[in-house]
Amino acid sequence: MAAEGKTIDALSQFELTHAFGPIGAAVNFTQSNAHMLAACVVVVLIMAMGMAPRAVVPGRFQALAETFYEFVENLVTGQVGHEGKRYFPFVFALFMFVLFGNVIGLLPYAFTYTSHIAVTFGLAFLVFLVTTVVAIALHGKKFLGYFFPEGAPLWLAPIIVPVEVVSYLSRPISLSVRLFANMVAGHVLLKVFATFVVLLGGLGIVGPFIATLPLAVNVLLVGFEFLVAFLQAYVFAILTSIYLHDAVHLH
Amino acid sequence: MNERDDFDARLKRARQRRGLDKGDGDAAQGGPSGLPGGALRIGMRAGIEVVSALIAGGGIGWFLDRWLGSFPWLFLVFFLVGGAAGVLNVYRLFNPRRGAQG
Repeated sequence: MAAEGKTIDALSQFELTHAFGPIGAAVNFTQSNAHMLAACVVVVLIMAMGMAPRAVVPGRFQALAETFYEFVENLVTGQVGHEGKRYFPFVFALFMFVLFGNVIGLLPYAFTYTSHIAVTFGLAFLVFLVTTVVAIALHGKKFLGYFFPEGAPLWLAPIIVPVEVVSYLSRPISLSVRLFANMVAGHVLLKVFATFVVLLGGLGIVGPFIATLPLAVNVLLVGFEFLVAFLQAYVFAILTSIYLHDAVHLH
Repeated sequence: MNERDDFDARLKRARQRRGLDKGDGDAAQGGPSGLPGGALRIGMRAGIEVVSALIAGGGIGWFLDRWLGSFPWLFLVFFLVGGAAGVLNVYRLFNPRRGAQG
C-alpha cells in the first residue's frame, strides 16, 4: 500500500478507521478501540487461565501469569515500599494494558493504540489524578508543602512555587509523550524500511539483491521494537510507581 | 533466569538509590530514577523532560492569557518558568529529591 505511487507513506498506519462494519461506524467504534478490547481480552485470558490450575509447580500459563504478577509486584514494592501493595492492582492494570498494546501492535495488520497521544495522555492523566488524590488523601494540607521545600528562604517562594507546580504538571506530559514518541518512531522506522524493500526490489535485476539490505535492517528493527515494547511498558509502570512513592512519602 | 537476575540487580540499584538499602555506591550505572542506563536513553529522557515542562509552562501561560486577555505577557513569563521547571526536572533526574520530611 505504501509503495503505490513510489512515495513513502509512513503515517497512514496511524489513521483511525471504523471497525466492525456499519455497526462500528454508527457508534464510532474504531480499530483502536477494537485492539484495546482485544488486549484486555488477552490479558484477562492469560490471568484467568494462568490462575485456574493453582498448581504448586506451575504449568506454562501459570508460570507466565506468575511472572507478570511477581515482576510488577517487585517493582511496586521496590519503589513505593510495603504500603505500595495497595496500589498494586492499579499499576498492574496499567502495565498489562500498555504492554499488550505495544506487543499486539507489532503483529502484522494490527494497530498500536499506544501510538496515539490521546490514549497515552489519557493513561498518564489518570496516573496524575490518582497520585494527586492519594497524596491529598494521605497528607491533606501538608501536600502543599511538596511545592515549597522546607528551609528555603520565604522570599524565594514566588519563584520556587510556580517552578515546582509547572514541574509537577509536566509529569503527565512527559509520561505520555515518552510512550507515544517511542511507539510512533518505531513504527515509522519499520514502515520506512519496509517501503525501501518494495521500492528497491523493483529496480530491475540488481533490485532484489539491494533490497535485502533494508530487509535485514527491518529484521533487526522488529527485534528492537519488541525490546522497546517491553521497555516502555516497564518505564511507564516504574514511573507510575515513582510518582506513587512521591505521593505516599511526600518527597 | 537471566531476566530475573537482571531485574534483581536493577531492583537492588533502585533500592540503593531510594536509600532503602545501604550498599556501596554503585548507583551511577542505571539512571538515578529507576530507569535503565545508557547515555542515549538518559539523553532522550532529559530532552523529553525539558520539552514537556516547556509545554506545561507555555500551556498554563497561554490559558491564563486567554482567560485574562493579556496575550503575550503571561505566556512569556510562564514559558520562562517552564524552562526553569525543565532544568529542575533534569536536575531531579540525576539527584532525586530527598524529602525534608520522611
